[in-house]
Amino acid sequence: MTTPQAPPAAPSHIDYLSERQGIWPWLLTTDHKRIGLLYTASITGFFFIGGFFALLMRLHLLEPKGALFGLETYNKLFTMHGIIMVWFFLIPSIPGTLGNFLIPMMIGAKDLAFPKLNLASWYVFMTGGIVTLYSMLRGGVDTGWTFYVPFSTTYSTAYVAGAAIGIFIAGFSSIMTGLNFIVTIHRMRAPGMTWFRMPIFLWSMYATSLVLVLATPVLAITLLMVIFERLFRVGIFDPSLGGDPVLFQHMFWFYSHPAVYIMILPAMAVISEIIPTFSRKPIFGYTAVAYSSLGIAVVGFLVWGHHMFVAGLSVYSAMAFSFLSYLVAIPSAIKVFNWTATMVKGSVSWDTPMLYAIGFLGLFTIGGMTGLFLAALGIDVHVTDTYFVVAHFHYIMVGGAVMGYLGGVHYWWPKISGKMYPEGLARLSALIVFIGFNLTFFPQFILGYLGMPRRYAAYPDEFQFLHVLSTAGATILGVGYILPLCYLIWSWKYGKPAGRNPWRATGLEWQTSSPPPSHNFEVTPVCTHPAYDFEGMKEELELA
Amino acid sequence: MTASSVAAEYNWLFWILVVVCGVVSTGIAFVVLYSAWYFRRKRDNELPPPSISNSVKMEAAWTLIPLFLFMGMFAWGAKLYFDIERPPDDAEQIYVVAKQWMWKTQRPDGIREINELHVPVGQSVKLLMISQDVVHSFYVPAFRIKQDVLPGRYTSIWFRAIKPGKYHLFCAEYCGTNHSQMIGWIYAMEQPQYQAWLQQGAAEGSLASDGEKLFHQGGCANCHHFDGHGPGPDLRGLYGTTVELADGTTTVADDVYIRRKLMDPRATTVRGFDKNVMPNFSKLVTEEDAIQLIAYIRSLGPAPTAPSSIGTAPDSYGKQPGIAYPGAGPIVNHTPGMQ
Ligand code: HEC
Ligand SMILES: [Cu+2]
Ligand SMILES: [Cu+2]
Repeated sequence: MTTPQAPPAAPSHIDYLSERQGIWPWLLTTDHKRIGLLYTASITGFFFIGGFFALLMRLHLLEPKGALFGLETYNKLFTMHGIIMVWFFLIPSIPGTLGNFLIPMMIGAKDLAFPKLNLASWYVFMTGGIVTLYSMLRGGVDTGWTFYVPFSTTYSTAYVAGAAIGIFIAGFSSIMTGLNFIVTIHRMRAPGMTWFRMPIFLWSMYATSLVLVLATPVLAITLLMVIFERLFRVGIFDPSLGGDPVLFQHMFWFYSHPAVYIMILPAMAVISEIIPTFSRKPIFGYTAVAYSSLGIAVVGFLVWGHHMFVAGLSVYSAMAFSFLSYLVAIPSAIKVFNWTATMVKGSVSWDTPMLYAIGFLGLFTIGGMTGLFLAALGIDVHVTDTYFVVAHFHYIMVGGAVMGYLGGVHYWWPKISGKMYPEGLARLSALIVFIGFNLTFFPQFILGYLGMPRRYAAYPDEFQFLHVLSTAGATILGVGYILPLCYLIWSWKYGKPAGRNPWRATGLEWQTSSPPPSHNFEVTPVCTHPAYDFEGMKEELELA
Repeated sequence: MTASSVAAEYNWLFWILVVVCGVVSTGIAFVVLYSAWYFRRKRDNELPPPSISNSVKMEAAWTLIPLFLFMGMFAWGAKLYFDIERPPDDAEQIYVVAKQWMWKTQRPDGIREINELHVPVGQSVKLLMISQDVVHSFYVPAFRIKQDVLPGRYTSIWFRAIKPGKYHLFCAEYCGTNHSQMIGWIYAMEQPQYQAWLQQGAAEGSLASDGEKLFHQGGCANCHHFDGHGPGPDLRGLYGTTVELADGTTTVADDVYIRRKLMDPRATTVRGFDKNVMPNFSKLVTEEDAIQLIAYIRSLGPAPTAPSSIGTAPDSYGKQPGIAYPGAGPIVNHTPGMQ
């Protein structure tokens, strides 16, 4: 900023929310906190659109012949659900919202390294989102979010190129965000904030950013090839044009497996903050947890072939991918054990963020364990491309990533809004989410084991009972998601003032007022403690 | 459900994984819930007494023990996969052509079915599969097998049914509007019933004799004479032998090679021949035609030393290594009316 700071004797107490009002100060802001809120509003919108598609699908599947739609409409619903949830909700979710808001505050900086690039990333993201939504309104896409060729390039008559262009554009916002975070974490840390004093959140976001920057270009080029083959009949993937359809699958999963870690690493980042705060103990095995994030980011690039065990891989390359998939499970297991050990002998509270964290532990463990089934070559043959896989990745993406996101939103809500949310209602809705989620997705494991293929608009009668259970769960889950939307908006205006540090947490973000001033800190903070040093900070935090 | 030779072992491994993962998950859940209860916060400003937050021994334990378990899962899973992927030598070969949105099966003796496949219990069956359009996937849940069916390339899968019954056949790879309708049935029958079923169909040409017709209609015979003269090589005795190519390499003349010769003839050239002569048939022959032509070429007897046998198709099925001809059953077409 060019304007000189007000002298410390008369600090301005205007916070980032009430500073400059009106539509333009928001839409042209370079404040990472305001941009975080722009992202929050957008991805919330996308989440409910994608969720609406999911609900329609679940209602349709109440009956074996399909209760509501024709085949083609159903195919479009699951495609659009997947595209929106993956690229316009999950990928930008925690990085775009909490990452943007918190990374500078946690390292004691005024903003990200490139504030304008940050704003640009939101505009790029919204452009991609609008292009994709537009192609959906024009008639939709029916390729599945995976765009498998030659169906997507030659046979589909839907708006494939439009949707692919939208995703292609949104990819650049991922790259911008990743780049911004990497540079910020390297260059902007406050005095005393060494790498190994950083909260685990930052390690995980750093690992996420590496994956964002390295994997997204591969998706971009793959989608571009799909668009080229579709529009100009250049032979790349379609064998009737001399192309190779399996090449597409390699390229697609080379991005999309690491993309799983773009979605789950940030949730792990959030959980690694919540559990120490609500157990009042340093995270167990700090170094192991920090390095395991990097381990996931690196090994995660080597396992894409596990999506292709029945696609015609040679048995030996399948073995290599199976082996590496087991290796990438190790760092996740290390994290789970360390989180669990953090709770032991702590002072464990049952506030809403902690309820989400405990829910995350359970659901992520089930998701991860069923991943071990799918990594076992012979086991994968039967259950791949069935509801078993659908259940598995929803346990990771919804049970893991979304639970982490909601836990994080509740944890930092007092900082973001300056207000407390209604605790009782929040605990209740956390419980509803947990129950609704399990009722929706656990029956799907059984469906898959019994042989129910995914992406079926109609199914044999014997699967109906489990489908009905799953639909019942989905309606409960929907209630669990709408409740927080309502009470968080309510509390924005009517909630009790939160104060600077309602949880008595240790991070730098809690040492400034809530909501924080535009430049985050009146005085540049100096980091004098390792992360989660409750013992060393017990005077400041008034702990005894 | 143990309907195929691999299903029993599959179920064992699956349920052992359920038990191992169940025990570990229950352990984790127990520690989490126990801590949440036993160490629950009693005062708002409570600071728990200092305890260790770091232990190399524990980190090593919960790294190495899972690693050890994982390697066991990996090894058993890989072994099972080999069993599922590698067909035994005595497997009967059946061709499968997938297209939006149906399964067509053809066997060497000519019986063709749509969205159905009848197989005898106890006999290994190898499916050689190809798609006419997009990627599909041949999935029989009760047999615990699944294999993607690709356009432009043969893939294969095998099974041996061990229990008579009627089993679901699903397409497991999303392939467009009617993906969920691309389903059918596998009938596993005891030998006597199976033989009776074989008798029922109306007589029609075997794959090889259909191929012979195509060979003449398609003009192959104009260039590929059976006297060693003519612009193209003599195809007698070609199948299964090693071909010398113009670039100095060699290749085995199997289904993949012959199909490629039809669909993409410039990809390889036989040594001593002009590479610009053999026409590209990819727009003219379907995958089903290709299978019939291959069957015909395969049925051509060994070459030149024998007296000239121009245009005839000596039936040498069962004499070729790795091919079992299902008895001398009559040539039948089970589903009349199919193209
Ligand atoms: C215009 C002449 C011509 C026609 C028609 C023709 N071929 Fe050929 N074919 C050739 C020539 C010349 C070669 C050898 C050069 C090469 O490999 O391209 C050949 C090679 C082959 C080979 C490889 C033979 C080997 O020894 O490896 C096969 C198999 C084959 N043709 C099958 C067919 C079939 C089946 C048809 C009909 C659908 C057909 N050809 C039609 C000219 C022809
Ligand atoms: Cu993966
Ligand atoms: Cu299909």
